Amino acid sequence: MTRALGASAVLVAFGVALLGMVLAVAGARLQRYQLIRGAYAAVYVNFGLLLVASLAMVWALVTHDFSVSYVAQVGSRATPLFYTVISLWGALEGSILFWGLVLSGFSALAVWGGTHLDPRKRAETHADVERLMPYATAILLGIGAFFYLLLVFPANPFLPVSPVPPDGPGPNPLLQNHILMGVHPPLLYLGYVGMSVPFAFSMGALLAGASGGSWIQLTRRWTMAAWAFLTAAIIAGMWWSYEVLGWGGFWAWDPVENASFLPWLTATAFLHSVMVEERRGMLRVWNLSLITATFALTILGTFLTRSGILSSVHAFAEGEIGYWFLTFIALVLIFSLALVAGRSDQLRTEGRLDAVASRETVFLFNNLLFTVFTFTVLLGTLFPLVAEAVRGVKVSVGEPFFNSMTLPLSMALLFLMGVGPALPWRVASRGIVRREFAVPGIVAVLIGLVIAVVAGGGIYAIAAFTFGAFALTINVRQFVVGARARMRAHGENPPVALARLIGANRRRYGGYVAHLGVITAAIAIAASSAYKAESESTLRKGETMSLRGRTIRLDELWGRQEPQRFVVGATVSVMRDGAAIAQMDPRLNFYTTSEQPITTPAVRSRPTGDLYLNLMAVERDGSTATIRMIVEPLVPWIWAGGMIIVLGALITMLPGRERERERVVAQAPVPGVPSRVPGLVPASPLIMSEPDARGAGS
Amino acid sequence: MRAAFALLVVAVLALAVTPFASAAQSTPSDTVLEARVRAVASELRCPVCQGESIQDSPSALAQEMRTIVREQLAAGKSPDDVKRYFTDKYGEWILLRPRAVGWNVLVYVLPVIALLVGAAVVMRATRRWAAQPQGAPAVPGDPEKAQTG
Amino acid sequence: MNWRRAAIATGFAIPLVALFSYGMTRDPREIPSPLPGRAAPDFALEVFRAGDDARDGPSPGDTIKFADLRGKVVVVNFWASWCLACRDEHEALSRVARAYADRGVQFLGVLYSDRPASGMAWISDMGGQSYPSVRDPGSRTAIEFGLYGVPETFIIGTDGRVSYKHIGPVTEQLLIEKIEPILPPVASQ
Repeated sequence: MTRALGASAVLVAFGVALLGMVLAVAGARLQRYQLIRGAYAAVYVNFGLLLVASLAMVWALVTHDFSVSYVAQVGSRATPLFYTVISLWGALEGSILFWGLVLSGFSALAVWGGTHLDPRKRAETHADVERLMPYATAILLGIGAFFYLLLVFPANPFLPVSPVPPDGPGPNPLLQNHILMGVHPPLLYLGYVGMSVPFAFSMGALLAGASGGSWIQLTRRWTMAAWAFLTAAIIAGMWWSYEVLGWGGFWAWDPVENASFLPWLTATAFLHSVMVEERRGMLRVWNLSLITATFALTILGTFLTRSGILSSVHAFAEGEIGYWFLTFIALVLIFSLALVAGRSDQLRTEGRLDAVASRETVFLFNNLLFTVFTFTVLLGTLFPLVAEAVRGVKVSVGEPFFNSMTLPLSMALLFLMGVGPALPWRVASRGIVRREFAVPGIVAVLIGLVIAVVAGGGIYAIAAFTFGAFALTINVRQFVVGARARMRAHGENPPVALARLIGANRRRYGGYVAHLGVITAAIAIAASSAYKAESESTLRKGETMSLRGRTIRLDELWGRQEPQRFVVGATVSVMRDGAAIAQMDPRLNFYTTSEQPITTPAVRSRPTGDLYLNLMAVERDGSTATIRMIVEPLVPWIWAGGMIIVLGALITMLPGRERERERVVAQAPVPGVPSRVPGLVPASPLIMSEPDARGAGS
Repeated sequence: MRAAFALLVVAVLALAVTPFASAAQSTPSDTVLEARVRAVASELRCPVCQGESIQDSPSALAQEMRTIVREQLAAGKSPDDVKRYFTDKYGEWILLRPRAVGWNVLVYVLPVIALLVGAAVVMRATRRWAAQPQGAPAVPGDPEKAQTG
Repeated sequence: MNWRRAAIATGFAIPLVALFSYGMTRDPREIPSPLPGRAAPDFALEVFRAGDDARDGPSPGDTIKFADLRGKVVVVNFWASWCLACRDEHEALSRVARAYADRGVQFLGVLYSDRPASGMAWISDMGGQSYPSVRDPGSRTAIEFGLYGVPETFIIGTDGRVSYKHIGPVTEQLLIEKIEPILPPVASQ
């Protein structure tokens, strides 16, 4: 019953998607609003259908209905409820179903948002959006149709199983070991799929023959939200690797890690260059290309994970599905490249800058660095394939390559994160430059010297601290200066001034908060690898080992049978001055379905860093245990930094009630046109514009 | 005021770093060997893992390979000798960084070219755009301003 | 709509798609070994389980040296008791080993990353093994052979060179196919 319900829901969704596409395009060409309305209805219907299918699957999983093929594949009566529920996205078919759900949900939200614009928006914006919505809807439905088709044929999770087995193997043991597995994939999908919406709007605008650029503001918030999810997903993934895989690292430049990072890079570039477009009306085609590239990279990422063309820890089971994704990615590339190249002329505007030394220029260089970064990572990821095609030899491109090629770019970006906020828009005078950079520059050099002398650690650690200090000083200073100005002007006390400051300029200060998060994470990442210490010993009960002033003692070795696995653990005491101050329990988990045990390292986090213990091996008679002990400085600040980035993104997305000053859409002075157009107070959840003023003064 | 603030930032960051002060202490000679082992081992791929280096991998095979690296380095072999020993057995695949010969050079050179070309493009564009006469830039969505192609 | 520019831009998609299509035909886990054609690594390994057939063959505790096997075709199979795929090839190996034992072919099982006790228990479960199995402490020999995992089988010719390497379980047919052409001439028996 559940199986039939899910299977038919997905099949119907496919049909509805196709129908909706036809209605949307026909309605747009023939100017028949009824048809277009039908297309919008199709989007909402599909969300309902995918919701039904997903709930059916979750129900089947939870009730252990092994007559459903996906449940027979990943379900098990022994698996705890939490992991049973999250096994929805644990294997290929379920993950596609989840993707379909998120896509249909976002499509519905996008259509609703596009058809319920704030009436206070400018008339041209309304006209632009009305023209592009049918095409954007068609594209969203088209993407949906592909995924629903996958669910009907190669990745069908609702196939019947006969005879019905009494139990199943359970999810991959690696996916059952940590609660973060309930967090990382959904966030990732929300981020990935979220990028479909700006893509659809952009392509829709091109198809509709839009010549204005106002629609890009419609997409900015979507892109920001998707970016926030993607950032959170990447950080969560890093945290999960760190807590589960046992080697004390969190990023290995694995092809699938890179696949999630690539769209993040282009999306970050976009979030910056779109500000140049909003102010100067230029870089439209470039921004369009960035959005397209971001979407294409999300599909590429999915293709890489599921096609098996690159070896990766992440690879799902391969099979037919690679060919389906290959076809889809070919279509996406051809369609978007043709459209952007063919229609971009109507959007192109003449670029104008007031001065070379300005924030705009910094953003241009920021985009350059992000683009080269993306290219480098993409090239490195695909190079083994290229080398094999050209030379017939298999080569590896791993961490050493990516680190050496991208660290200089990261340092440059860290530096720019300081330069950008310090320079004003349009033109920076010599005096401003000197005033803004003198103190931060001195601070940075001092820090660099202190680090170099006190701790060493190699050039990248020192550079990270130096540039990080530079950017940190400048970004923090923005808050200080702005709050102080408010305190003088309005007599508010510091916390209130700060809160009001942020509230009145959410986009700017949310951005600075995000910068603070990035700087924190960057410094922490550099420190955690440069100053890491590691040691391994085989201990008997009662014996100790020490590293960097930290001592641990093996107290007990124990084993415990759980429904889905057998756990072997070591109880270890952290010693200080001969007394045990804490207990840690690194474990080895033996699942029946896996040859090798899955490690559960024990991590003790302090603000200065982590003490990381991994149980490598246990003697059969329980007499000794081999423990790897790692001291990793500043690691908790990576996760904290990630959360600060997301917080910054959230701040920028807060809906506006900015009563204090009028909004201006474009800053450039036009002869005869007043630079402030009173009465424009955007309050739409989708469109925002940003005042240029800094704090209370300008 | 500004100076005090700056010093505060310096103090905070310096505090974050002092726990590692011991890392920079002079190291006994076998730790120098360990550092060399770590450097070479980080460049070799663990054959039975997924993309990890033999330095990072906890697997037994990786441990043994590290022992081989240590033995050879201690016996006076150069890092290149050690790498060649492993590529003889496993092929080029065992190196985590492709040897810069032949076509492989592209993977190193193309990003640099991209950066240089891109920088040149951006600088030219910036100068050209800044040299435009002021007064009539395009306003987004404003149909009055003719879009020049 | 500028069709010309659109066509040119689409052209850029072609190399990428071609690359991915090519990628679909490759298996990233299959790494070609540089060993075939080269001299096989030397080894001296301790027997932990004698072959069921060996009347006068090596017994547990003896050391099998590669140098002693010169003139014979040597089939070296790396295996482990925890290796699922090894079960698939076990029968085939024992059978072919038995068939060719008096034609100058020596089969050898090398235990990889496992305890001899587990290995012996596994062999008992699988119904015996016609040829001896040796231990490889520290997996040094495995590394010498460029092992990526188990099972892997190396066929070494009478000249001491590796003639063929197989990744994954072997079949009877494959073994015979690879051994027949390089059998030593009958006179040397």
